[in-house]
Amino acid sequence: MLIALVLAPLLGAIIAWIIPDNRLRPLVLPVTATVHLMLTASLLGNAPPPSPGGWFWLDPLGKVVLLCISLLFAVCAFYAVGYLAFRQERSNRVLCMGLLVCLSAMGTVTITQHLGLLWVALETTTVSMAPLIYFNHNARSIEATWKYLMICSVGIALALLGLLFLAYSTYVAQRDATLLLGPLMESARDLNPGWLHAAAIFLLVGYGSKMGLAPLHSWKPDAYGEAPGLVGALLAGGLVNCAFLSIMRVYQICLASGGELYFFQNALVAMGLISMAFAAVFMARQADFKRMLAYSSVEHVGILAIGLGLGKGALFGALFHLLNNGLTKGVLFLSSGNIHRSYNSKTTDVVKGVLTRLPWSGGLFMAGFIAITGSPPFSPFISEFTIVSSAFIEGRHLVGGLFLLFLAIIFIGMALTVLPMVMGEPPAEIEPTNYRDRLLTVGPPLFMLGVILLLGVWPPEFLVALLKDGAAMLGVRS
Amino acid sequence: MNTFADQLLVLVMLINLVMLGTSRLIFSIRAVAAQGVILGILPGLIHPFSGHLAGITAGIILAKGVIIPYLINDAVRKAHIRREVEPYLGYVTTLLLGAVVTALAFVFAEKLPLAPEHKDLLFVPASIATLLTGFLILTTRRKAISQIIGYLVMENGIFVFGLLLTEAMPVMVEAGALLDLLVGIFVMGIVINHISREFSSVDTSRLRTLKEE
Repeated sequence: MLIALVLAPLLGAIIAWIIPDNRLRPLVLPVTATVHLMLTASLLGNAPPPSPGGWFWLDPLGKVVLLCISLLFAVCAFYAVGYLAFRQERSNRVLCMGLLVCLSAMGTVTITQHLGLLWVALETTTVSMAPLIYFNHNARSIEATWKYLMICSVGIALALLGLLFLAYSTYVAQRDATLLLGPLMESARDLNPGWLHAAAIFLLVGYGSKMGLAPLHSWKPDAYGEAPGLVGALLAGGLVNCAFLSIMRVYQICLASGGELYFFQNALVAMGLISMAFAAVFMARQADFKRMLAYSSVEHVGILAIGLGLGKGALFGALFHLLNNGLTKGVLFLSSGNIHRSYNSKTTDVVKGVLTRLPWSGGLFMAGFIAITGSPPFSPFISEFTIVSSAFIEGRHLVGGLFLLFLAIIFIGMALTVLPMVMGEPPAEIEPTNYRDRLLTVGPPLFMLGVILLLGVWPPEFLVALLKDGAAMLGVRS
Repeated sequence: MNTFADQLLVLVMLINLVMLGTSRLIFSIRAVAAQGVILGILPGLIHPFSGHLAGITAGIILAKGVIIPYLINDAVRKAHIRREVEPYLGYVTTLLLGAVVTALAFVFAEKLPLAPEHKDLLFVPASIATLLTGFLILTTRRKAISQIIGYLVMENGIFVFGLLLTEAMPVMVEAGALLDLLVGIFVMGIVINHISREFSSVDTSRLRTLKEE
């Protein structure tokens, strides 16, 4: 069952490669995504026990990430059919294949318990996304692709060094060197603290740059800004969460070792606050709305890191936020892709009065903005509130206070970009384009908006139980 | 056997310095290939023979010594460039920096708590020195191809450390890592090709449209 999660998308990729017709090919995406979603649903219901060697096990943490990825991918896949119908001028073979290979690699990240295999899968997601950022084939997108490829490759190479340090620490402790999570956690107390410390630093820097935590986020605005909307959605909701899962794996080892946890938590909180600060500064007066979304992503990975770093009650919030952020980013990126297509521009001096020109996409973008800045009744409000309230309960007043301050600045900064863009009159002289809101380009993000609204008003019981199980794995006794 | 391994590691560090001092790209590519081949030979010297080991040796030599240099050479040929021009930092400066980081790597390695059987080997200082050299190349050169070479040198540095653990790493993971590296370089080669078509140059200092105003 688990292996089907990896193989089904690969099969889809091969089929996408074979199909010669540019109009038919995108249909592979929703078909594969539906199969993937059904597999995910059945696996969430009854996950198989850990595989004999201990390499594969879909634990609660993996389940949360898998749920987010599968749902987001399904929505993006249906959207892709509508979107690519407007982009028949260029071949979408590489795009379809890349998306499916990436889905397969992301699935591998969620089910594996072997840190080496996890690293390989994460690197695969990096490489498979690179051609997709370059989908528009222009000077700006090639620049973004190059920066993304170099920074993420170097970052993830550093993570490999961290893994080797980790394996070496078991070797120094006279145990069988291994990178399996279970044995590592069992022997964590005996590991050499020096090597473990070095490993934690390198892994945090490596996976942190992949996740886009400041100050390692410099590739993010470029890549998110130049990639097509649906690729941006998968970067912000899929790859980010895979990298976050990797950081949670390191966290599990630090937790088991006891001594290393304090440092790791503080580093996470510090990087999280820096990320939010960077986002707050650069979000203000941001003229490019896709870059603005990228900084919003920097902000939210910061929130995730803070939630994980605070520990205890905030862990539930962090895991819930992982899901909420991924899905809300989907709404924002997909609707921003529509707006970009319609205006053929992504700067706010041209894009005005979206509600008049594209009522559906404009409304979705607006609602997505309200949701992502943490306003009720949408679910990001609940997760952010959980994190910030647990910061105050734990007596971390400075962290909680800064968190709220940055949220407020970001809300104002983002509103200054979004409100003039969505409201007002469309400019008189504007390039006519053939894009109109259609069912397939509006329906999927609308569905996703419904999901985050539902999660905010009435989170289903199984999900709450799953999130609690996940938080328990990170150290909360419930 | 261990003295031979150490001699090879010294050679790896010398190649680092050579790469810092040259402006000819073809030469750099050959040097990095030579480094890759040495990395392939090394595990056989410090670990007892096994099928797993033979596979790793063959894999590393094939990937790092043959295929990757071929891919980069191909990119160089298509982009019509031979030399790195005007790096951000001069060759002499980077060479001196390279010597300094190599020395620092030795100092640093002394302080690390190594397993007793690895105490007298040069693996750790060679690994750190190579890693830092890769960083130097990556950050001080303008041409996209030089940056790929820097990335490869960095990877080589990490591999040197990984050689201490060759027996512990499952084949699947090693093969996966090598394959990822290969595909990564392949994609980078394609991107370089597009950069040179789009900008008529592979000078990454021209890649600066995207920034905050």
